[in-house]
Amino acid sequence: MRGIDITVQRGEVFGLLGPNGAGKTTTVEILEGYRARTSGEVSVLGQDPAKRSIELRRRIGIVLQSGGIYSHITPREALRHWASFYPHPRDVEEVLALSGLQAKADERSRKLSGGQLRRLDFALALVGDPELIFLDEPTTGFDPEARRAAWETVRSLRELGKTILLTTHYLEEAQALADRVAIVKDGRVLAIGPPRELMAHPPGAAHYRVAYRDSRGELVERQTDDPTRLLHELTSEALARGEQLEELAVGHPTLEDVYLELTADV
Amino acid sequence: MSDALALTWRQYRLERKMFWRNPSAAFFSFALPLLFLAGAGAALSGNQHQLNRLVPMIAGMSVMSTTFTALAYNIVFLRERGVLKRIRGTPLPTISYFGGVAANAVTNTALQITIIVLAGRAFFGIGWPLHWVALIVFVVVGVVSFAALGVAFAHAIPNFESTAAYVNAVFLPVVAISFYVFDSSSAPGFVRTIAEALPLKPLIDGLSAAMVAGTGLGGHLDALAVIALWGVFGLYLAVRGFSWEAART
Repeated sequence: MRGIDITVQRGEVFGLLGPNGAGKTTTVEILEGYRARTSGEVSVLGQDPAKRSIELRRRIGIVLQSGGIYSHITPREALRHWASFYPHPRDVEEVLALSGLQAKADERSRKLSGGQLRRLDFALALVGDPELIFLDEPTTGFDPEARRAAWETVRSLRELGKTILLTTHYLEEAQALADRVAIVKDGRVLAIGPPRELMAHPPGAAHYRVAYRDSRGELVERQTDDPTRLLHELTSEALARGEQLEELAVGHPTLEDVYLELTADV
Repeated sequence: MSDALALTWRQYRLERKMFWRNPSAAFFSFALPLLFLAGAGAALSGNQHQLNRLVPMIAGMSVMSTTFTALAYNIVFLRERGVLKRIRGTPLPTISYFGGVAANAVTNTALQITIIVLAGRAFFGIGWPLHWVALIVFVVVGVVSFAALGVAFAHAIPNFESTAAYVNAVFLPVVAISFYVFDSSSAPGFVRTIAEALPLKPLIDGLSAAMVAGTGLGGHLDALAVIALWGVFGLYLAVRGFSWEAART
């Protein structure tokens, strides 16, 4: 970690996006109180997580990247037990419904599938009705359908007014869920902002991309901050040669372009 | 505080439930010493002198297996599976968690000692323990020490697959040397010294005094001190070295 300076607003979904080993989990584990920081200042809901106060832990919910559960416990039992840790837990049946576990509520956890166990992870993090929820790579290893379902859960949490900090190395996930994104690499924040803004005003990258197929049929892509001038040059040259610019398109870079640009090894 | 106490009770009940649902754990920490007692007891049938020695030996081994062995297994399993880490992230007080886990182990010890005492009376010609106070004191000190040592030892075990090897590498030699020295008056001096310095042999001495000889606590304070010293050592290591997460690879 070399210095990550972020502020997450109440009620927002904040995404930490970066390649594996970028420092996402380390950051989140410092915020969750699992790791001590070596320097810097951290405040979670107004408290220092390193002090590990019970009061703070009552207000946060954690979905670990890989957290286990007793093999012989059922989701309903686990939720009832977990609910007893919190002063104002949510109704267990309601949480089972929200996480889509009703049908498996009385099955031993060792018989649940990976996707069902992940739902249980969500359910256990929600049952205490926390204000702030940490999701560390919540959908890694999911099939597309399970991922959509998890996204729906995150969206419904946001509608309930929860603050969510999620880490992911999936661009589309950050784009689909996060109000704001910080792109991190090697323990540093490379860019921060709403996904739309990062695409419209990509830090360190050109704002427009012009693409076309040249006379030999090859796809050409040019980046520019001045699309009018570039288009004028391209089109006048093409007209002078009597050629067409097939598939001519002008667009903003995608979040993926921004991300690849920023995280590319120099 | 009442909250922490209520949560300890809940954790204890959960641990009991999980214990009975896991047949192999229940078997290893529970049925094995009893089978051993039944087998050896049947073989020694009629030899009251030998039976008088066997029953406290099995009782001591039971204390060790229900606490040291069971806790080392449990802690490593829960640590490697990420259950400990998950619990660490909740408001469950640490004291309530360990209170529940320890109470679960103590319940198993108490159940086993009860069964051994009943079996000793019913099948092996040994009356009721002659000195209840001494029995309870030795069992309690033994449980605390071996439980602490089990939790401390879990820290030395790198992954769940190697737990059986690590635990048996300690459990079997300690049981063997302690049984041998307790049972044989002709054991070599240095072997005797080692056994006396380990916690199991003093525990068996104390249990024997309480269950069979009826000599009470007075003559075995040094044995009690050895067990307690191991307990202090174990508690120090258990608290200091405790790890809530699997090591990162």
